[in-house]
Amino acid sequence: MSQDIRVKKGLSIKLKGQAALTTAVADRSDFYAIKPTDFHGITPKLVVKAGDEVSVGDVVFFSKEDDRVKFTSPVAGIVKEVQRGAKRKVLAVIIEAKSEDSFKDFGAANPLDLDREAVLGKILESGSFAYVKQRPYDIVANPSDTPKAIFISSFDTAPLAPNYAYALKGKEDAFQAGINALSKLTEGNVYLGVNSSEATFFDKVEKATILRVSGKHPAGNVGTQISNVSPINQGERVWTLNPQGVAIIGELFLTGKYNPTKLVAIAGSKVNNPQYFSLKAGQNIQKVLAENTVTEGARVISGNVLTGTQITADDYLGFYDNLVTVLPEGDQNRFMGWLPFVGSGSIHSFSKTSFSWLAGNKTYDLNTSLNGEERALVVTGEFEKVVALDVYPLQLIKACMASDIEKMENLGIYEVIPEDFALVDYIDPSKTEAQVIIRNGLDLMIKEVG
Amino acid sequence: MDFLRKKFDQIRKPFDKGGKLEKFAPAINSIDTLLFVPNHNTHKGAHIRDGVDLKRVMVTVIFALIPAMIFGMYNLGYQHYIQLEGTAPELLKALLFGAGKFLPMLVVSYGVGLAIEIAFAVYRQHEVNEGYLVTGMLIPLIMPVDMPLWMLGVSVVFAVFIGKEAFGGTGMNILNPALVARAFAFFSYAPYMSGDKVWVADAYEIDAISGETILGQLAAGEQAGWSVADMFIGLIPGSVGETSVLMILVGALLLIATGVGSWRIMLGTVIGGAVMGLIFNALSLNALMTFPWWQHLLVGGFMFGAVFMTTDPVSAAQTTKGKWIYGILIGVFAILIRVFNGAYPEGMMMAILLMNVFAPTIDHYVIAGNIKKRKNRLKAA
Repeated sequence: MSQDIRVKKGLSIKLKGQAALTTAVADRSDFYAIKPTDFHGITPKLVVKAGDEVSVGDVVFFSKEDDRVKFTSPVAGIVKEVQRGAKRKVLAVIIEAKSEDSFKDFGAANPLDLDREAVLGKILESGSFAYVKQRPYDIVANPSDTPKAIFISSFDTAPLAPNYAYALKGKEDAFQAGINALSKLTEGNVYLGVNSSEATFFDKVEKATILRVSGKHPAGNVGTQISNVSPINQGERVWTLNPQGVAIIGELFLTGKYNPTKLVAIAGSKVNNPQYFSLKAGQNIQKVLAENTVTEGARVISGNVLTGTQITADDYLGFYDNLVTVLPEGDQNRFMGWLPFVGSGSIHSFSKTSFSWLAGNKTYDLNTSLNGEERALVVTGEFEKVVALDVYPLQLIKACMASDIEKMENLGIYEVIPEDFALVDYIDPSKTEAQVIIRNGLDLMIKEVG
Repeated sequence: MDFLRKKFDQIRKPFDKGGKLEKFAPAINSIDTLLFVPNHNTHKGAHIRDGVDLKRVMVTVIFALIPAMIFGMYNLGYQHYIQLEGTAPELLKALLFGAGKFLPMLVVSYGVGLAIEIAFAVYRQHEVNEGYLVTGMLIPLIMPVDMPLWMLGVSVVFAVFIGKEAFGGTGMNILNPALVARAFAFFSYAPYMSGDKVWVADAYEIDAISGETILGQLAAGEQAGWSVADMFIGLIPGSVGETSVLMILVGALLLIATGVGSWRIMLGTVIGGAVMGLIFNALSLNALMTFPWWQHLLVGGFMFGAVFMTTDPVSAAQTTKGKWIYGILIGVFAILIRVFNGAYPEGMMMAILLMNVFAPTIDHYVIAGNIKKRKNRLKAA
C-alpha cells in the first residue's frame, strides 16, 4: 500500500560540507552522557549514583511521572558524576566507559508473535521507548496511550541532513523488526514516509503504509507527512520515531540487546572531511571533532542548523541527534549590508530582495550571523510559503505569544511542533524566534490542557 | 571599513552597557545599524538566518518610491512655470524648483517623525523600528506642496502618536500612519488641503489659474482639462508622489519583483476600481460617472494608493484570500466615494482607511474557514 504526497511549499537550503557516504572509525570515547534535558518535560528520578557500575541497558533514571519510562545507559562503565544545575536540576549523568561493552539481556523475540503488552513491555524495559515521541507537544510518548497512528520519516530534507538509507545499511532486518514491533502498538497504521526521488530499501518495508513524498524541506519532516495523511485533532495522539530509533528497537527484538549505536554525520563547512561516524547516543564527540574539524571561531551544533542545539567541541551527542554540524560563527559587522541585493553571492536569502534565488542549486557557506536585528512582526504572507501545514502560521505564532489557549486550539496548535516552524525562524526579516514561541505555547498547553 | 567601524565604536562608547548614556542606546544603535548590519549571532532558534532584514524590506519600498518622487519634483516645477508663466520650463530648472519646494517637506517629515520614534524607543527600551523610513517619505509625497511646514509637522506628530505609538508601535497600528497624517491635515486644515489653489506651487499668488485636479474639475461638472497622456505620465496638478502613473508602475514593478509589496492587493484594488468604474460608466448620470473607468484609475492618486498605501503589511489584511478581498473592496469604495461625494475627491484615502479598519474582520472570516475545517474534522473523528 502506498500513497503519494507532493509538498509544494518550503525551502531547501544547500550548505557546504555535506557528509560523503563513507564511514570513518572513531576511537571509542572515554565518556558518555545521558542528559535529561534531551527529553523535554521529563523530570528524572535517578537510580544510579557516582561510582556505580552499569552495563549497556541498565537504568540510569526513570520518569518521575511514569516509572515505566526508563532511560538506560548507552555504554558499559562506571558512573563518573551527576552534573546538576540551579535548584539541583539534573543536567547530565556522565558515564566513564570501560574498554568493552557488556550488555544487559532483554531476551530476543519475534514481535509478531507477541501481544501488545509484551512488545510495549520489552521496549519500555530496555529504555528504547525514549525514541518514541508523541504529537502533540513533541515529548516522549506516554505508554498508557494507544496512538491513532505511528509515523516515521525515512528521509530528512533539512540542511546537511544525514541519509538514513545509508546510515541503516546492513540494518535492514533490524529496521523491519522495529516496524513489526511498532505495528503492534497502534490501533491504526504505521506510516513510513519515503523520498519519492530515491529508491531505497525503505520502499520495500512491510507492515507499514508507504508515503511517497516529494518536495522541498520540510517534506522530510514527519509533521508535514502527518498533516497530509491524518491531521491530529484535539485529544488524539500520534507517535513518531526517527528511522535509527526504529532500528534500535528492532535490534532489541532481534538480539535482546539495547544498543543505541548509530551512524552520525559530521558535516558543515568547518569540517575537513565530512562523513559518517559510528557513535552511540550521548557519546562524547571531542575525539571525533579533534581530528576533523576547525573548531576555532566555529559553532558546534548537535542536530541540524535549523533545529539543533548548540554544544561545545568537547560536549556530548544529543540523544535524538544523527548529525553534528560545525559552522563558522558570524561576528562581523557588514557595512550597509542591509541594502537590497547586497551580498547576494555569499548570503542566501529566500526573499527576492537578494539575487540568491537566481542561483538555484548553489551551495552556501553560511555562518551564524543573525543578519539583522530583532524587530516587531511586520511582513505578512511569507511564513505561509515555508510552513507546509494547513495552519495560519503568523496567527498561530501571535496566539502563542498572547497565551490565548482557545485561539491556539482553533488555529491548530495540536498539529505543530517547533521544527515545523524552523524555516520561519530562518526567513523572517523581523528575526522572530518562532520555534521558541511555539515551544512555549506547547508547554502552556501541556500545563493547562494536558 | 575597519577604520570607520573603529571610529564609530569610539563614538558610541558612552552609550554601551555601563556607560553614562546607556539609556539612550537605541538612539545611537539606530545610526550604527544604518551604517553596519550588526555583528549579532543567533542564540535561540535556527542557527542560520536569511540575509533579509526589516531594514532591507523597508529600503526596498523607498527605492520603489524614488522614481515617483523625482518625477514629482519635476512636475512641481513644470506645473508652477506653465501655470504662472505660461511656458514649459527646462528640465533642470523645473527639477530644482520642485526640489526646493519638496525637500524641506521631506526634512520636516523625517526630522519630526524620527525624533518621536527614537524618543519612544528610548522610553520603551527597544530598538528603533524601520517602519518610519517609509512612512516619513510617504507623508510629504501625498501632501499639497504649499502646505505650511508647521502643519506638516503637526500632522506627522499626530500620525506617529495617535496612528502608531498609541497602539504599541510598529507592527501594532490599525491604520496606515501616512494616511492618518493626511486625514488629520485634511480635516484640520481643509483650506490648505483642497480647492483649486493648493496643487500648484505658489498658485495663491495669482487669480486666474486652472490648478484644480481632474477630479475637482469633474465634480464641478466640467470636462477633464488634461490629456490621457498627461494623466499617465503625470504632468497634472496634484501632490508630489501621486501624479505619475508611469513612475508609480516602475515602483510597483520593483515591489512585485522583490515580493515586498503584495501583488494580490495591488491587482485586487485595480480590479475593484475597474469594476466600479464600469458600473458607473454604464449608468452615466454625471460627469464623474461618465469619466471612462480606466481613466478613473489614472487620476486622484488611485495608483499611488494601490501600490504604496494599500500594501502596508501591518494595516492590510494578512491572509492570502483576505488580501484579495481587501484590495477589491478598496478599489470599489475609492471610486464609489469619489463619484457619490464630490466634496471628497480623496476617495482613495478614505477607502484605504476604511478598509484598514475592516482588515482584521476580513482576516477573521477567512481564518474562520480554517477553524471550521478543523472543528468538522474533530466532529467526524
